Amino acid sequence: MSEQNVINVVIAGLGGQGVVKASDILADAAFRAGLDVKKSEIHGMSQRGGSVASDVRFGPKVNSPMITRGEADCLIVVAPDQVEVNRHVLKAGGVLVSPEALANIPGKLPAKSINIALLGVLSTHLDLPVGIWEDAIKANLAEKHHKLNLAAFAQGRAVMQG
Amino acid sequence: MAKQLQARMLLSGDEAVALAALNAGVLLGTGYPGTPSTEILEAFGALGGKAQWAPNEKVALEVGLGAAFGGARALVTMKHVGVNVAADVLFTAAYTGVTGGLILVSADDPGMASSQNEQDNRHYARAAGVIMLEPADSQQAYDFTGAGFAISEQFGLPVILRMTTRVCHSKSIVEQKPLPQPAAAPSFQRDIPARVMIPAHARPAHRRLRDKLAQVAAYAESCAQTLVEPRGKALGIITSGITAMHVRDAAPEASVLQLGVSYPLPLNAIREFVASVERCLVIEEGDPILVTELLAAGLKVEGKSERFRFGELNVDRVRRIIARDESEEAPAPRGKPPMLCEGCSHRPVFETLRDLNCIVAGDIGCYTLGVLPPFSAMDTCVCMGASITVGLGLRHVLPEAEARRVVSVIGDSTFMHSGLTGLAEMVYNPPATGHVVMILDNGTTAMTGQQEHPGTGRDLRHEPTHKINFEEVCRAMGLKQVVTVDPLAGDGALATTVSAALASGELAVIVARRPCILAAPKIRQYDKAAAEKLLARNAACSAAVTE
Ligand SMILES: Cc1ncc(C[n+]2csc(CCOP(=O)(O)OP(=O)(O)O)c2C)c(N)n1
Ligand code: SF4
Repeated sequence: MSEQNVINVVIAGLGGQGVVKASDILADAAFRAGLDVKKSEIHGMSQRGGSVASDVRFGPKVNSPMITRGEADCLIVVAPDQVEVNRHVLKAGGVLVSPEALANIPGKLPAKSINIALLGVLSTHLDLPVGIWEDAIKANLAEKHHKLNLAAFAQGRAVMQG
Repeated sequence: MAKQLQARMLLSGDEAVALAALNAGVLLGTGYPGTPSTEILEAFGALGGKAQWAPNEKVALEVGLGAAFGGARALVTMKHVGVNVAADVLFTAAYTGVTGGLILVSADDPGMASSQNEQDNRHYARAAGVIMLEPADSQQAYDFTGAGFAISEQFGLPVILRMTTRVCHSKSIVEQKPLPQPAAAPSFQRDIPARVMIPAHARPAHRRLRDKLAQVAAYAESCAQTLVEPRGKALGIITSGITAMHVRDAAPEASVLQLGVSYPLPLNAIREFVASVERCLVIEEGDPILVTELLAAGLKVEGKSERFRFGELNVDRVRRIIARDESEEAPAPRGKPPMLCEGCSHRPVFETLRDLNCIVAGDIGCYTLGVLPPFSAMDTCVCMGASITVGLGLRHVLPEAEARRVVSVIGDSTFMHSGLTGLAEMVYNPPATGHVVMILDNGTTAMTGQQEHPGTGRDLRHEPTHKINFEEVCRAMGLKQVVTVDPLAGDGALATTVSAALASGELAVIVARRPCILAAPKIRQYDKAAAEKLLARNAACSAAVTE
């Protein structure tokens, strides 16, 4: 990696699964932590169902907004059938977070919050304070969705700590 | 938006342009939707700027030019292919020049994430003779927009702010700095030789333009947008736009010259940079424009090989260009393509056209997805508006049995954009077998994220305004057969209507009307809000009358 200490996270899935929302929250959390951050994805089609992948890079200084193949530290995949098409972005030893990680989750998880629960899992691999994550979730979702998604985030975190 | 007040923000390139335009005192923002430019005007409107959708890009640039003639700052936005539509305005606006600052945002789409071609609009700056600025991230999008208005006014020329998909849609940090030179108040100063382009005025105007460009080139030699980063002597890289960011990652030891003003070129600064390094590469996304010009100027620079002309560049590809690595690149794994939504009103239209074995001259919008299985019911798609006219061309030349199967399919926003002249052609030069045009009116510009247009009766902010009635327009233009159907009625009316129109051998327009299912809930909301407003106004009026 050219710039020291830049963390690369790819979030992938299908249109309508909240991929872009999840990457907005991650980027906002890094931003609130005072880091440089760049986030990039190709979007624009309203139609549902196509593949979406969003790159988030953060650290002391970030140049390119795109993550090079084989250089992602973490890959989150919201749709199980999109794991294989995205695996190539991970570096050797990189962390893959997929809905499988939520199999033994304590309590019920609404389908709409899977993206946020996966961020909870991711958060245990990153150095960002929980309070910042919660602020970022609240800032990027309508108030009526706060409770549900903060709970989903906590459930995701608990998977790794349990 | 409270965001406006923060000093440090995480913004997309599009949002950064909108914020800078607001801070620069832009009095009018206009454009036509097109990925990846659409969010600029939406954000400008949300911030409180006066933002409006034009029916098409030519109209938008003309309205913007008028505002700039009046001494105001104006922002005009479009995607790369929109500049083709506005090109007629652009080339002569370069001659007339402007009084208030005029920025035309051209949002290019290398790699064609959401476009029908990957034309490189850096050519337009050269062809028309206008200034081009190319930001590499959101901070530069903010800074260059602010500087762009001042530069436009200083030299009296339109500025093209060339963005690309990665700059428009990537988010990065923006520090809200104060902008140079505030906007002046608009007022009309008569200047006939400058603004009335009869040949006697245009001849000297062309010479004036070339003089201005020489002055801009001199300015660019040392301006804040010409970024020289001396590092190692072994390798120097000349670049512009997003590529500058990939370059900094791919070759952290290399010296970099980022040309923020990418036309006209600061040749002395470039010459000096080339002389300061042992090997000098020009790394540019898209066509080999810079390298060709620098080689023509006699500079010792290397370009990239032809394979890197196609698609976006990224850090990996920049490393390959530097290493002269010509090995095959691993193809990107194919993801899942988008599809027409379940319940989309376009679906039954393409099922019908498929079942009737029609030859379909298509157009651009969500409905272009009618080309994919299970429909496979589109035979041409070239540019906005071409459905009606390409269909007419086919009708004119095909053997009769084939000609009778030709149908043109156009969306509602596309019809307002460039369908009306096609209808004029149809009634003026009717094919011997007649012709059938279907307007797929789903009440929105769905493809680009549900923008309003003159046929929806709502403005950019979704407030009520005059609504153009398609059926009345068609009849006024001389069409006798104008039929409206609900494609989702499920009563067989759609298939019967299309069959009857085809069999008639006359000219026919079928309006297939049913709101886009994603937009429908919002449309109901806008209608409800408008009705409530009207009711309140009427109540206030009758109260005033009775007093
Ligand atoms: C000259 C030009 N401007 C803008 C675009 C971007 N664009 C593609 S299709 C489209 C309009 C689609 O709206 P509509 O015709 O109503 O069809 P829908 O997507 O709603 O089905 C736009 C704005 C383009 N391709 N070319
Ligand atoms: S967004 Fe609307 S027009 Fe586009 S595919 Fe979906 S329902 Fe159809």
